[in-house]
Amino acid sequence: MSKELWKGNEAIAEAAIRAGCRYFFGYPITPQNEIPEYMSLHLPEAGGVFLQAESEVAAINMVYGAAGSGARVMTSSSSPGISLKQEGISYLAGAELPCVIVNIMRGGPGLGTIQPAQGDYFQATRGGGNGDYRLIVLAPSTIQEACDHVRDAFDIADRYRNPVMILADGMIGQMMEAVEWQPSESRTLPEKTWATVGTGGTRKPNIINSLFIDPNESERHNAHLNEKYDVMRAEEVRYEATIPDDADVLFVAYGTPARLAKAAIRLLAKEGITGGLFRPISLWPFPEKPLNEAASAASVKAVVTVEMSLGQLVDDVKIAVNGVKPVSLCGKAGGIVPTPREVADAALAALGRK
Amino acid sequence: MAIVYQKSKGLTDLEMHYCPGCTHGVIHKLVAEALVDLNLLEHTIGVAPVGCSVFAYNYFNCDMHEAAHGRAPAVATGIKRVLPQNTVFTYQGDGDLAAIGTAEIIHAAMRGEHFTTIFVNNAIYGMTGGQMAPTTLVGQKATTAPHGRDRAHYGQPLHMAEIMATIGGAAYSTRVTVVDMPHMMKARTAIRKAFQMQMEGKGFTFVEVLSTCPTNWGMTPVEALGWVKDTMINEFPLGVFKDADSKEGS
Repeated sequence: MSKELWKGNEAIAEAAIRAGCRYFFGYPITPQNEIPEYMSLHLPEAGGVFLQAESEVAAINMVYGAAGSGARVMTSSSSPGISLKQEGISYLAGAELPCVIVNIMRGGPGLGTIQPAQGDYFQATRGGGNGDYRLIVLAPSTIQEACDHVRDAFDIADRYRNPVMILADGMIGQMMEAVEWQPSESRTLPEKTWATVGTGGTRKPNIINSLFIDPNESERHNAHLNEKYDVMRAEEVRYEATIPDDADVLFVAYGTPARLAKAAIRLLAKEGITGGLFRPISLWPFPEKPLNEAASAASVKAVVTVEMSLGQLVDDVKIAVNGVKPVSLCGKAGGIVPTPREVADAALAALGRK
Repeated sequence: MAIVYQKSKGLTDLEMHYCPGCTHGVIHKLVAEALVDLNLLEHTIGVAPVGCSVFAYNYFNCDMHEAAHGRAPAVATGIKRVLPQNTVFTYQGDGDLAAIGTAEIIHAAMRGEHFTTIFVNNAIYGMTGGQMAPTTLVGQKATTAPHGRDRAHYGQPLHMAEIMATIGGAAYSTRVTVVDMPHMMKARTAIRKAFQMQMEGKGFTFVEVLSTCPTNWGMTPVEALGWVKDTMINEFPLGVFKDADSKEGS
């Protein structure tokens, strides 16, 4: 396989088509526009359907309909647009339908800015819609990884009958990098016997639904969902740990800040300080146990969370570290990307060297 | 003994939850009979709304998909784009379609989506207890318009069948009612025509049905039927507003 130069958003769209996605419903919003634009040209060539909806609300409900009929379907948007999709995402999770949702995050709150940010961490990992539900949330830090995540996301969604979100900051969507197209692992996926495709006169009607008016039935449904989420917690944790045995400081970061942390580690090395990086890849389920173990290493004196938001990831880091080491925050928000020097200085401050 | 009449195979045996005197049951039956008689039922996917007919997915004997409030046309769009050969319909009330879901229905019609919408207009929010709808008549009382709908405060009712007729992608738009047998027969014909035109690929088809809500109108079932005939029809005239099959209607 040869390497090709791809822009993040276009690579994500191409990866979806290669993964068998044949339906895409979206609405324009910066900085993710190249995804629907690419789909509008290339999805019909692959025998699929691209539709620009009247709103993000409509787009996610088109996804809900198409997923119910058994299709491999995707939508993408950016922060304010993802807020509008939350109603539909809650219904998809409640009715147990597989789909892939891409959020190329920009600054907020409100209309915010079109520059990269990570302020949607809580919304993605806590459930931005109503009710007790979970999404599997994958956070790429390179364009290669974004492509691999999209490829895997459709299979994961089908396996669990659950929406999967790709959470990337605007930097990942807008920059160009080398991509090597990796073939899918061949996974055996369950048949979609639940899909609404017409009874054909051979079975009882299928009903796609998230309404359980009897509270006892509703409780059973919630318990069933939670059992499924427990399986995800056990089987879908992903992370990267690059931690030398003598690490003084442990950075925790995802997406673009993880790359900045790597640059900061190189700066700190020149100053005689050893840094390590723990990069959660699945933001939900969060790699709680591996992070606790990494932070517990004897050499580690401080844990520094680097995020392009003002204290969201750090909450999960504190839960995982659970007091074994001090946890501090290096956060930038509103569309500003921290510099490696700022990240390195945050580590120095955490170590009491500055 | 010959069977001269029986329940449609297009409906399940579940007991319906509708109030006495509500005409949702009649409309369900007309839709179900049309799907059976046109031999479409086994290939049909219906989309249920939020409102009084929220449990429609339990009553129609075909594959069903429950939508969020107002989103049925978007859900139906997703289904029909995946399954272009199948029959797809939405069944929506006036709060669902003419308030929270206005954008979805207008744009589904604009795109000429090949599904059928059955729009049940009873001029009130029934399930939530009688609040004012976009179709509530001026002067009509509702729990959120205790002195009657005030034109200066809330404007006038939306006429959805007429609005749909102005949209290029709509092939058929009509308003009917089911308050007596002659009107039921006309409604029956309209619903069949809508499904036929859908399967012929003519475009989006829309049947508005004036319905009763004796519970929230504070009337007996008989009074409610009379109110539709004497008052509601004056605001919402019956007729065909667009028919791509005939020049007069277009």
